[in-house]
Order: sequence, then structure tokens, then C-alpha cells
Amino acid sequence: MDAVTPFTPVSALIGGALIGLSAVWLMAANGRIAGISGITGGLIGPAVPDRLWRLAFVAGLIAAPLIVMLAAGPVEISIQAGPLTLIAAGLLVGAGTQMGSGCTSGHGVCGLSLFSPRSLASVAVFMAAGAATVFVTRHLIA
Amino acid sequence: MSDTQTARPVSTLALPLAALGAGLIFGLGLVISDMINPAKVLNFLDVAGTWDPSLAFVMGGAMGVTALGYRLILPRGKPLFAGSFSLPTARQLDPRLIGGAALFGAGWGLAGFCPGPALSAAALGMGEVYIFLIAMLAGMGGWRWLVK
Repeated sequence: MDAVTPFTPVSALIGGALIGLSAVWLMAANGRIAGISGITGGLIGPAVPDRLWRLAFVAGLIAAPLIVMLAAGPVEISIQAGPLTLIAAGLLVGAGTQMGSGCTSGHGVCGLSLFSPRSLASVAVFMAAGAATVFVTRHLIA
Repeated sequence: MSDTQTARPVSTLALPLAALGAGLIFGLGLVISDMINPAKVLNFLDVAGTWDPSLAFVMGGAMGVTALGYRLILPRGKPLFAGSFSLPTARQLDPRLIGGAALFGAGWGLAGFCPGPALSAAALGMGEVYIFLIAMLAGMGGWRWLVK
């Protein structure tokens, strides 16, 4: 169930640097925080005048793995959660990120880079809540 | 907010094209770092079990570039294609911020997906990803509908 994944510091740093590059470019070009939950939430809330760039960002996000698959072969991931868990998780992630104004990208990458106390608090809480949830599901009730 | 930004004659396609590029680079970063893979994320959170510290290196790489880049860009006063930088103005640590982070973290720990990787993984054609995404969008819409 909880399969080991290898520690990959080099590809992690390279991938992370690309995420940072994306955040810097979106700020330099459009003046926007690269927060996925904020960008996506703005697509499904009440009418907003700036849907197009949000849609374009999400399209790029989805196109990236397609390009990798065409260029380098399959991208494989492992999903351990069952359907009911996925529904609960999706609802919590969706509502929680809108309630708390951000996720791993907005509060994590961008907010911490701006030295925002709100983002620091958010990251501390969602990391702790995530680790606690994994501890319960993998070690207490597994 | 942004409808006052078109005072100068920048093509209306500049904003979406720039965002498309940003989304592509972001998604590429998620694939290369394997953060698109929920097993990798859950193992980062599993400190007492099969711990994989890779996610910390992703965050470190991302923050190093972003903090440096922001320091270079923000003093320029305005972005290339918009009238001003849209930066968060809230400062207070309120219950909504903390409660939202707690709910998000719990959901993140249940499935190993946060919004970016889940959206990118839509490209992989797996039913589980769509189940998560539909629930996530419902949660986002539900909260916004409740509050507005």
C-alpha cells in the first residue's frame, strides 16, 4: 500500500526551479501570484472579467505532461486512495484552499518568497494537518 | 480589478499567452520533480514511515528562484502586460486562514493531491484523477457560493 518512492534531490531541485521560474514569469508578465487554487477558484466563482488568462494557465498545466509523454514516454503516477477517499479529499482540498486563500503554490512557493506571515502560518498548518492525516491513515487505522 | 489595466495598447492576447507559458513551465516542473505523483507527496508527509524528503527540495528550489526573481521584478513598479502587480493585501492571521489550511492539509494527506498536480494529472487519463478533480471543483464552487 504505502510503496517506497526513491529520494530524488536533483530532479526535485530542477523541477522546483522550473516552478519558481513559472511564478517569476507570471509576476513579471501579468503581475499575478502563481497560486493554482486562486487561479482555478477564479474560474468557477461569480463572473470575473479575467477568465481567459486563468483558463490559459490551467491549459498549460494540463498540456505539460502531454508534451513530456510525446517527447519522452509515459508519465506514471500511483494513486493509493479509493473513490470515496478521493471524493472526500477533493472536497476538503477545494473548500479548504478557497477558505484559506491558497495552497502549496500560492502560500507555499509565492507567499513564503514574499515572507508573508499569513503564508508561513498556512504552510505550517497544512503541512502539519497533512502529516497528521497520513499518520492516522497509514499507522493508526491501516 | 484588472479591467482598468487595458489603458495602454497591449494586445489582449498577451495576458493569456503569458499565462499559458507560465502554466506549461509550472506543469513541466511538476512532472520533472514527480510532484504530479501522489505517492511521492504522501511519502513526504509520512515522516514516521516510508519518508521521502524530495518535496522539501522542490519547495527549496522553487522558493530560491521565486524569492530572487520577485526581488528583481517587484522594484520595477509594474508588470509587462498589466497595469500593476496584484499582490495579496490581507495581513491578519484569522480563523478562516488557519481553518482553511487545516481542511486543505487533511484533504492533501488523504489522497496526496493538491490543486496543481491534480490539474496536471488530468492529462494522464486516469478515472481516479477525474473523481478527485470534480470533487475539488465542487468544493471550491461550494465554498465560494456559501460565502458570496
